Amino acid sequence: MKIALFVPCYIDQFYPHVAVAALRVLERLGVDVAIPAGAVCCGQPPSNAGFARESMPVMARFVETFGPYERVVVLSGSCAAHIRAHADDAGSSSGIHCAGTASRTVEFCAFLHDEVGLPAVASLGASFPRRVGLHVGCHALRGLGLARPSEIQAPPFNKVRALLQTVRGLEFAEPARADECCGFGGTFAVAEPDVSAKMGRDRLRDYGSHQASVIVSTDVSCLMHLDGLARRDGVAMSMRHVAEVLASVPPGTAP
Amino acid sequence: MTPRGAALHVVSPSAPVDHAAAAAAFIADEVRADWHDDSVWSVREKRDRAAAAIPEWERLRELASRIKEHALSHLDEYLEQFERQATSNGMEVHWARDAGEHNAIVHRILAGAGAVRLVKSKSMLTEECGLNPYLESRGIDVVDSDLGERIVQLRGESPSHIVMPAIHLRKAEIGETFHEHLGTPAGLTDPTALAGAARGHLRARFLTAQAALTGVNFAVAENGCLVVCTNEGNADLGTALAPIHIASLGIEKVIPRSADLGVFLRLLARSATGQPVTAYSSHIHAARAGQALHVILVDNGRSRQLGRSGFWRSLKCIRCGACMNSCPIYRRSGGHSYGSTVPGPIGAVLTPGLDLGHYAALPFASTLCGSCTAVCPVKIDLDAQLLLWRQRVTEAGHVPAAKVAAMRASAKLLGHPGLFRVAGAAARLALRFLPRRLSRMLSGSWGRDRELPEAPAQSFRAWYQANRAERS
Repeated sequence: MKIALFVPCYIDQFYPHVAVAALRVLERLGVDVAIPAGAVCCGQPPSNAGFARESMPVMARFVETFGPYERVVVLSGSCAAHIRAHADDAGSSSGIHCAGTASRTVEFCAFLHDEVGLPAVASLGASFPRRVGLHVGCHALRGLGLARPSEIQAPPFNKVRALLQTVRGLEFAEPARADECCGFGGTFAVAEPDVSAKMGRDRLRDYGSHQASVIVSTDVSCLMHLDGLARRDGVAMSMRHVAEVLASVPPGTAP
Repeated sequence: MTPRGAALHVVSPSAPVDHAAAAAAFIADEVRADWHDDSVWSVREKRDRAAAAIPEWERLRELASRIKEHALSHLDEYLEQFERQATSNGMEVHWARDAGEHNAIVHRILAGAGAVRLVKSKSMLTEECGLNPYLESRGIDVVDSDLGERIVQLRGESPSHIVMPAIHLRKAEIGETFHEHLGTPAGLTDPTALAGAARGHLRARFLTAQAALTGVNFAVAENGCLVVCTNEGNADLGTALAPIHIASLGIEKVIPRSADLGVFLRLLARSATGQPVTAYSSHIHAARAGQALHVILVDNGRSRQLGRSGFWRSLKCIRCGACMNSCPIYRRSGGHSYGSTVPGPIGAVLTPGLDLGHYAALPFASTLCGSCTAVCPVKIDLDAQLLLWRQRVTEAGHVPAAKVAAMRASAKLLGHPGLFRVAGAAARLALRFLPRRLSRMLSGSWGRDRELPEAPAQSFRAWYQANRAERS
């Protein structure tokens, strides 16, 4: 299967190891990965800040770059949700003919769970003997439906947790509030700095008081915020994207 | 604290609402902010347990949403049907275009009967209309009889939550208020004793009231019935004793049929407080013998909201407050930080339409986490509407010039890979080699509470070109 992997702008610049991990996981699963040059962003930050019109050319650029691919795998729940919601508008308004880019776009964990399958993911033989606080980003959770949100009355499921359950040695810490927002929220983090920091600290305390030593998320943006707070406050909590956990191999094993 | 009546929907007498600043002040007392967060969250947890006990919960939400969308799409017909039925039941129906007309109608009714003592049960609409100060300035004694509303009334505050008006106050503060106004012993904090004191105080007001005003939860078009839900029975006591009953309702409260109540009453209390049903759900079909019953149908901006294609669904709201209890920002900033009658996510969607410049900050008081939308019993797409209001705020120019410049520049940067790579490399260099104190300063409000990411030497794109480029 040929896919295009979209590495969001901030991961490209500040968290390249997350993208490397995702690429290695996909390659080891036999997925043929292209990483086309061109678009670096989907335009979500300005769009969510009230500048949707100004962000249209950014999305158009994305559609131009990724639209030709059958499958677009996005290394962020938040970006994937934005692309799924707005890519087709931007494509059509700018005259670019890549119909259905939105529906052909999936988030990384959803792709592994729904299309690669859990048995193949389990065959990666990942090992991560840590107590993990799972943080499914809000847009991955409620926007993309990667898990059942706590508000909804339906049988529980969690695709990200299912992926991590294939990992040896990994155990889950269960926070008191299963899916409270971490408080990042893009420009919210700087527009409402006090509430944002308070939300993040509360989240860190909830995971910490349930003996998590690492927070694992679908979204590096949530982790960037939580990590920034934890390091400033001297809280011992490390952060990993799901891809990094799945790329973890036991010592002595060739990757 | 906001003085009562200062946060009117109809006028914006003061500077625009600065939610971030108000929230910062609320959080500065972290013990209190944590207590507020925990107590409001515990109501969300009660809601979760109540909802989980109903196997068809999600079907009920869908039904409620569709009934409301149908009713709002035929609102003119249902309002006129309601008027005909209510009139034939002996109610007198009044129409108020705005808050001013509503208040004038109430005053005219009272003045016509020579009534100067009014008891009110819970009504966010009269808060919205600023009824209390209007009547008080005309010599009417107004007593809010809902316990929470009475507490904030005595303190000269506005409700901080639409279902739990005094949720921002602790027992000790209520004890102080009652000591000052009702003469209870100093230091009294026992809730039962405080409620007993309020009951005694209110009973005298009920017995001597010359008119009772209530809100309305649902108005049934097919039979002209008013449904009023309370937990304290105060609406019933007021209307049972007073010779005049005035019922004020927003025009969006009309539902087609009595049978629809079977959907809404199951959702309302469970969503609001986790109770299966409110202690009192009173169905008022006609006035008592010898009583005058006035119904005031109030628009006050609702028709305009109904005409806004992206926002009309906000009128489905049944005022349960679940979105507030679920909102991580509301819980940590308190209801008064919104500076609007209705706070929280639904307030941030309903209020900007009344005065976009004044309330421009409210749609931004959200991470767009979507919890409000998922918890809403009538499935209002709150996060989508918050996002849409942000666009309207920007288009109308209610955004500081510096933010416009920054956003335009960032959109340009993000749309041009070449520029982005140069800027990204510069940022990584800066992060790696600038002294920490300087980079912290340059990073503004991000760096005030957070360390910046540890910048790598190489971007992913550069790594990819060095290691994989030949394959793609």
